[in-house]
Amino acid sequence: MTSTNYAYLSNYLVYSSMVVYTIAFFAHAIEVAFSVRNVGDATQFDFTRTQKSGRIGSAMMVLATVILFAGVVVRGLSASRVPWGNMYEFSLTGALAFSGAYLFALWKFKVRWLGLPVVIAVLLTLGTAITVLYRPSAPLVPALKSTWLAIHVSAAIVSGGVFLLANCVAATYLYLDHMESKGPRTPWASRLPSLDVLDQLSYRLVAFVFPLWTFAVIAGAIWAESAWGRYWGWDPKETWAFITWVAYAAYLHARVTIGWRGRRAAWLCLFAGSTFLFNYVYVNVWGSGRHTYSGL
Amino acid sequence: MSTAPELDTAGSLRWMWRQLTSMRTALLLLLLLGFASVPGSIFPQRSQNPMKVRDYFAANPTLSQWMDRLRLFDVYSSPWFSAIYLLLFISLIGCVLPRTIEHLKAIGAKPPLTPKFLDRMEFFTEAETDSKRALDQAEAWLQKKHFRIRRDENSISAEKGYSRESGNLLFHLSLILILVAVAIGGLFGMKGEAILNVGERFVNAPTSYDTLTFGKFQSANTLTPFSLTADNFKATYNVQTNAPSDYVLKVSTENPIGSKSITHIIKVNSPLTFGSTKIYLQANGYSPVVTVKDKSGAVTFQGPVIFLPQDGNLTSTGAIKLPDMNPQIGFVGSFVPTYSRSSTRGAFSAFPEVLDPRLLLSAWSGNLGLDSGEPQSVYRLDTSKMVKIGLKQLKVGESYNFGEGSITFDGYRSWVNLQIVDDPGKMYALLGAVFAILGLLLSLFTRQRRIWVKIDGRVSIAGLAKNGLPGLQDEISSLKSELEKESRA
Ligand code: HEM
Repeated sequence: MTSTNYAYLSNYLVYSSMVVYTIAFFAHAIEVAFSVRNVGDATQFDFTRTQKSGRIGSAMMVLATVILFAGVVVRGLSASRVPWGNMYEFSLTGALAFSGAYLFALWKFKVRWLGLPVVIAVLLTLGTAITVLYRPSAPLVPALKSTWLAIHVSAAIVSGGVFLLANCVAATYLYLDHMESKGPRTPWASRLPSLDVLDQLSYRLVAFVFPLWTFAVIAGAIWAESAWGRYWGWDPKETWAFITWVAYAAYLHARVTIGWRGRRAAWLCLFAGSTFLFNYVYVNVWGSGRHTYSGL
Repeated sequence: MSTAPELDTAGSLRWMWRQLTSMRTALLLLLLLGFASVPGSIFPQRSQNPMKVRDYFAANPTLSQWMDRLRLFDVYSSPWFSAIYLLLFISLIGCVLPRTIEHLKAIGAKPPLTPKFLDRMEFFTEAETDSKRALDQAEAWLQKKHFRIRRDENSISAEKGYSRESGNLLFHLSLILILVAVAIGGLFGMKGEAILNVGERFVNAPTSYDTLTFGKFQSANTLTPFSLTADNFKATYNVQTNAPSDYVLKVSTENPIGSKSITHIIKVNSPLTFGSTKIYLQANGYSPVVTVKDKSGAVTFQGPVIFLPQDGNLTSTGAIKLPDMNPQIGFVGSFVPTYSRSSTRGAFSAFPEVLDPRLLLSAWSGNLGLDSGEPQSVYRLDTSKMVKIGLKQLKVGESYNFGEGSITFDGYRSWVNLQIVDDPGKMYALLGAVFAILGLLLSLFTRQRRIWVKIDGRVSIAGLAKNGLPGLQDEISSLKSELEKESRA
């Protein structure tokens, strides 16, 4: 197959994954919308009615993730390189990492209730990628030709996926916390985990990937040393990676050493996650510096 | 006479030291360092892009003067930024060293005594068993699991997971190492840039550099004594996107000068290394080659003139200055590797490789202003004391007679911008980074916990998890069933 054919095949796979994600979206939406059935008095509920729809949603998530994975791999084949050369490709891989992080958490912590926000975020990311960010497949510029590209970018993207998942959990925490401060949870929300479990879950996600993020930053520094002659130069991208690192370190400290829990910890988690998003969106698109490979 | 103890200097110093090395201060300093680095990512920085700083000054003259006083264009070398990280550094040392000593002592010691009231612990249960053998059984079980054990008359205190604290300390000590490495690089390192036409030779001496900065403890006579000749440079471009796909620079080097010459290839991600000195290929461009003759036909200048690229397709501009002619002559030039023309932009380059080159010249006569004493850019012509005498576009081989003489466009050469860096601290920074990750993994993924078994009529089991990782509940249950196994049998 020629490189153009591969590029077409990749686009085709990405579109297909979006179709399957859309099915997953409807399945999850149905699960959430119609799950509550009143049994007996007004405080007794049964949530089993839409379980099947939820399971279909999970199956579709797995299928869509596999198809998207194939799409990313084929995109790489089309240019005979790792598929991380411009912002279109970063976004595809980011959506894949986010989706993968969710499936990992689904398997490990049974978090199907996160399925709906995750699938919405993935669809929005992919939609933006193919409409606004799309670029034809092309070889890498010389500065990107390095094994460290593969190592640094994959570590950063996986960390990002998990950070954003932790943000979803923290946001859910704050939402439910707000709801509980006004009275008992609404029926559909009573199915979600307790505040304690959410609090612990977002901490564990962050603690799990913080070393990986640290590694991603260090791998970036090693690569910068071999490409630009300095391992750290306070380039905007580097600066914001540092800020993200500091923010998550502060989060871990606040929890472990000062004993922050709950609302304050959740806000700090959201703040740290938003520095990551800011780095990705703002610095890639509007920032200057040497990390401008977005291709925009 | 009486002095309040809190007013004596030693006391208040001790108080300040305790404040500075407290967790809260450290955390605050850490966050502050994050915030302090933000302006550097928003405003242009001299260390990264001095041109942009100059543009910013031109656009906001008064505002930028004030911003400059706050060092907002040199954030990362500003006193306030340095102050924050020095304080953080001191705070880190003050916190970590005492903890390290304490930890080393704890490793050799037995776990602390069993507390009085076990039922207040997070995990507490009672085993239904014959109390006489319970302690032996528990000890055997805990031993098998490599707990540290303190056996007292009717209780056991056991602890496991010391490597969490070891990892934690390793991580923080590594951060100190990284900060030290950065300081070493700053004090003993050097960094310089030099533009070299292909075919020319570079001798590693201060005068060969276009820009050169030294650390406080490094100087000209500690430069590695090498020389380097740029033999060949090849840039390849993608014909669809015009983006560069590869740069290859072939050089022959002598280290030290006078020794046997060796050829090397330098690429963007693979610099040339001499000890701790590295030579990077940073940028490239074109130097048109010209010959200038005066009215009598005598050659007054011949050779390549470095032009600076202005866009991705390497439309390049520069100046040719001829101070020895009378009157003085200067050219503002534009080199276009692949000629194209539009009504809005005039002549421009359509592709970065040389396919159809042109040299566009405007000729000026008068005073070049070279002896005014002020340093002048070699790439720009100061035309304030000059008059324009003509305009011409040349193909290779063509000449232009501007009245006072003639200029011939002989051809072109590539130039490369080499960055030469010596950072003796970076190995330590790498070491610190590797240890930091190891320490983090140990500290975040090791479960540190204590388990107690106590006999006072009944058999109590209790546990305390020192960090948030789950698993202790299961451990306590399996210890409980282990103790109950024998009595059931
Ligand atoms: C002066 C500065 C610092 C002090 C005094 C300090 C102190 C501490 C202490 C006492 C702990 C132990 C927490 C516990 O296990 O109870 C800790 C853990 C930790 N520190 Fe620091 N620290 C400092 C700076 C930093 C910095 C700059 C970072 C990196 C960004 C950092 C990252 C961490 C991490 C990741 C942990 C592990 C948290 C956990 O166990 O979950 N610390 N620090």
